[in-house]
Order: sequence, then C-alpha cells, then structure tokens
Amino acid sequence: MTSYIIRRLLYSVPTILGILLVTFVLFNLIPGDPSYELAGKSASAETIADIRHELGFDRPRFLDTEALSQGRIAAAFDSQFFNHFRNALTLNFPRSLTSYEHIWDEIRSRAPASLSLAVPMFVGLVVTSIAIALLVAFVQGTWLDTLLVFICVVGMSIPMLSYILFGQHYLAYELGWFPILGYEPGAQAFKYVALPCLLGIFSGLGSYVRFYRTVMLDEMRNDYVRTAFAKGLSSPRVLFKHVLKNAMIPIITTLVLSIPFLFLGSLLLERFFSIPGMGSYFIDAFNSRDFPVINAMVFMTSLLYVLGQLVTDICYSLVDPRISLR
Amino acid sequence: MTEAVTQSDVTISKGRSLWSDAWRRLLHRKLVVVSLMVIAVFVLVALGVYSGLIAGAWDKQVGPRYEGPSLKHGFGTDFLGRSVWRKTLYGAKISLTVAFVASLISICIGLPLGAIAGYFKGWIDELIVWLFTTVSSIPYIILILAFAFVLQGRTLFGYPLRGITVVYMVIGLTSWVGLCRLIRGEVIKHRERDYVIAARAYGCSKARIILRHIIPNVVHLVIINFSLRFVSFIHAEVILSFLGLGVKGEPSWGVMIDDARQELYRGCWWQLAAATLAIGLISLALNIVGDALRDALDPKLRQGLE
Repeated sequence: MTSYIIRRLLYSVPTILGILLVTFVLFNLIPGDPSYELAGKSASAETIADIRHELGFDRPRFLDTEALSQGRIAAAFDSQFFNHFRNALTLNFPRSLTSYEHIWDEIRSRAPASLSLAVPMFVGLVVTSIAIALLVAFVQGTWLDTLLVFICVVGMSIPMLSYILFGQHYLAYELGWFPILGYEPGAQAFKYVALPCLLGIFSGLGSYVRFYRTVMLDEMRNDYVRTAFAKGLSSPRVLFKHVLKNAMIPIITTLVLSIPFLFLGSLLLERFFSIPGMGSYFIDAFNSRDFPVINAMVFMTSLLYVLGQLVTDICYSLVDPRISLR
Repeated sequence: MTEAVTQSDVTISKGRSLWSDAWRRLLHRKLVVVSLMVIAVFVLVALGVYSGLIAGAWDKQVGPRYEGPSLKHGFGTDFLGRSVWRKTLYGAKISLTVAFVASLISICIGLPLGAIAGYFKGWIDELIVWLFTTVSSIPYIILILAFAFVLQGRTLFGYPLRGITVVYMVIGLTSWVGLCRLIRGEVIKHRERDYVIAARAYGCSKARIILRHIIPNVVHLVIINFSLRFVSFIHAEVILSFLGLGVKGEPSWGVMIDDARQELYRGCWWQLAAATLAIGLISLALNIVGDALRDALDPKLRQGLE
C-alpha cells in the first residue's frame, strides 16, 4: 500500500512540471513583454523598468550565458524560465500588480469564502443526484424513467448563466427570500451562500443524475443482482444493500471529474453574488490584466486538481483491493 | 431513451454498412427525427445569416426601447430598441460557427496525435500521454480563460486575433484531449488485429496503415465524441462572450445574456429568455442526436441492449 502511494505520488511529478511548462509558455513566451501595456500610455521609463523588474522580464529568458561564461553557476540559472519553476514550487509568487498584496496571502485569506460555497455545493450535488438516480433506477424501463431522463437532458441543455440570472432575479430580488449579493465571514456566511449553493446544485443536477443512473444500471446488470432478486429480496433492499454499495466504486472514481464543474460554478457564482473567494479573484485579475495573479491561480487550481486525482486514486485502491498500479 | 430492437430488425440489417444501418436506426425514432429537424433549422438560419438574407438588419432600431414581447416585435426589443428576435437568429451563426470550427481544430490535433500515440509505442506514446495528461490536469474553464486572456489582441502570422477568432481557437486548442485519449485507446486495440498485421505483411508503410486502414475503423468514435461535445462548445462560447473575452460588436447568445443582465432590473426578462430558449433548444436537440448516434454507431453498446 505504501509503495503504491509513493509510486502514485511520483507519477504526478511530471504532470506538475508539465503544468509549469504550459503556464510558462502562456504567460512568458506568447505575450512577450506586457510591461508597456500594463504601465499605461504616459508611463515614465522608471515605472516601466519597475514593472519589468517586478515581473522578472529584465532577466534573461532561459539561461544567463554571460554569468555561465564567468563561472557563476548559481547566477546563470537566475532566468525567467528557472524562476518561474522556483517561485511556483516554493509557493513564493510575486506580488499582484494591482493591489501590491502577496498573492499567496490573498489566496489564503480568500480560501474560506470559496470553500464555504464549494463544499456544501459539492456534497449537496453528489448526495441529491445519487438519491434521485436510485429513485430512477426503481422505475427503470417505464415511461416515468424516460420522462425523468428527458427532464435531465433538458436541465443540462440550459446554460448555467441562465439559472444564475433567473434565480438571482426572481428568488432574491423579486421574492426577497435570499440576500441579493454580498458575503460575511463566520456563521453569517450561511445566509449569503444558500442561494448560490442551491443554484449550483440545481444547474448541475441534470448531468449528474443522468450519469449516476447509467452507473446504477450498469451495476444492475450483474449476476449478483439477479441472484438477490431470485432470493426474493425486495427492490429497496437490493438497491440500497447491494447495488449502492457496489456502485460506490465507480462513483468515487468519478467524484474528481466534478472538480472542473465546481471551478466553473464557483467562478460564475462568486462573480454574480459578490463572494470574495478565489473565483472572483481570478476574474478581477482578468479585468485588470494582472498577469502574476492569473499565472498563480492557474497553477494553484491545477495543483488542486492533480491532488484531487491523487486522493481519488488512493481511495479507489483502498475501496477496491483488485486495483494495483502497473 | 433506447428502443428495443426486434429480432426481425437484426436479420434485415445484415449486409448493410455501419453507416446506412446507423442512419436507419436514427430515423426509426421520432424524437431523433424531430431533433435532426431542429438542428437543420438552426443550420439553415446560420447559413441565412451568412448570406445576409436573415437578420441582416439586427442593429436597426425597430421600436421603443424595452418593449415587451408582442406580435409586432416578436421577442420584444432590447435597451437600444433593437429586435431581440433578430439578435437571437444572428446568434445562431456565431454559435454554430464557433462549435464547427472549434471541432475542426480539435479533430485536427486530437485525431493524429491519438493515432500516432496508439500506433507507435515507446517514447512517442509516453510523450503524447504526458502532454494530454498535463493539459487535462488544468481545469477546463481555467485553461480556456487563460488561453483567451493570452491570445486576445495578439497577431498570428500578421493576422490579428480578436472576437470570434479567439473564441474558436481557444476552444479548439483546449478540447482535443478527450478525443486524443479515446483514439489512442482504440488504436492500441486495432494495432494487433489481423487486418493490420496483414497490411503490415503486404509491406504497407506505417503512414498508409494508419491513414487507410486504422483511421477508417475508428472514425465513428470521432463523430460520436463531437456530436456530444458540440453542446459544451456552444456553452463555452456563451461563457467567454459573457465574460467579455469573446465576441464583440456582434450579437451572440452570450452577449445577449450579458445585455440582459442590466435589463433584468427593469423587469425586461425577454432577452434572457430568448437566448436561453435558443441555447436550450439546440443543446437539447444535439444531446438527443448525440446519444442516439452513440447507440447506433457503437456495436458494443448495441449488443448490451439486445
């Protein structure tokens, strides 16, 4: 088991390095030098030099050949390329260009707000959709099944933005059931997070229920299910005691697939409901063309995703003893 | 959503090609036929907009501002008194163009990479697997936004990138991973099949084996994959345009939703409703046809049902 975890950890090293390479190409090679654009039209030469220094664009791109020829090995690696890797791996990101805050401090102070939205949304979505999928599995093959699947497809065809806009307008603004926007830390957060959370769950429900229904139906084709029915067990007993337990294995592996949905949900919901989380930080950085922040956020979210996959794989091997890494 | 296939159906279908058989299966189902017609209407509208016959005057003021839906103005008017109906029709052009061009870009990257990785073992395979693992480790929406941010306003071979060009490039460049992984897995299975070994024994070149022998046998996966992915492309365009990273100066459905955001507080719900209806309708039709295509073209799945 330990050796499995260690080998799985090593597998994610090339991925993390790859992500850093992609972000380097995206933010250092393609844009060229964004300093002039960032400084504005009437910027003095000093301001531009300051920004260039802050972003590290005054350093050589890959290797300082001058320092290398002088024999200073350490200085030779003080280039954009190596600093990009070093900064990200030590979580020592540069400062934001707009707020001059350290990005890492900002991420830490914003994480609780994001989590207070994302965690209930994730748990609520998974639990509700598995419950509905089980109900649909009860009526499998009838017209009710067809109707419910059709409703799911309709639900996933409507864009998330429409759910958010209609929900915010009618449930919060017209009916006044929820605050329209805003956020307070602590216990009060519940009040503000409730509506975005519900909208997130509702907009994801269609695709989730449909997906878990297939998982359940695949599981129900197995011989042990037929045996259980042949023994004369009731359908609820077969579904809850037999099918659900075995379906947990494919369900766990797919939980990580929902992380991108959570990011998208948080991004849009945080923006609409003015929740000061990481999603709104990302979008604000976009609007102010804050390169270092976007760079750091891309890396951090990818790192989270890679870690999520790692945890899933380890859980998977714990649940299913047949799994081993070749 | 699946239809039982009777015994007589199976005996008749012997001797028909995969494609004509799949086509027959699609036409057997009323819901699929209706969906195909809906898609055809959207395509015709998009072509009409291209030729200037439909919604050419979308930017003309047709009545007072913020006018509700009526027989005269259809879906009502927006904050500049423009017809929401015309804007909705115009949006079909943007959406379908984006989804179509993005699919083409994505296939052009994903199919060859997947086939090469699957056919050649060793370091080539490992390199391509590493590449798509890396790209798929960056959450899709974050990757799309980062690409859009970097590409917006740059020039490529002297051709400025803005508006819709960025949208389809970004979606195409970020969405090839799923297809690449799928094709690689399938080509690995085909590589050891008898017909490939026979072709190799005849002395066919590697390029010929891949292009003429293996790819025709996996191309149905491309079609299934993209009929299902089209919807996510349409939705991605909406989000990009909404966030101001996409289409500018033309009414796409995402731009309409962005406009509607301000209008909602005056009680004008029709622009949002029109855009939602258009996106919902085409997505629903594409979802139904995509599912039906998968059922019809994937023989393994068919056996499971019969």
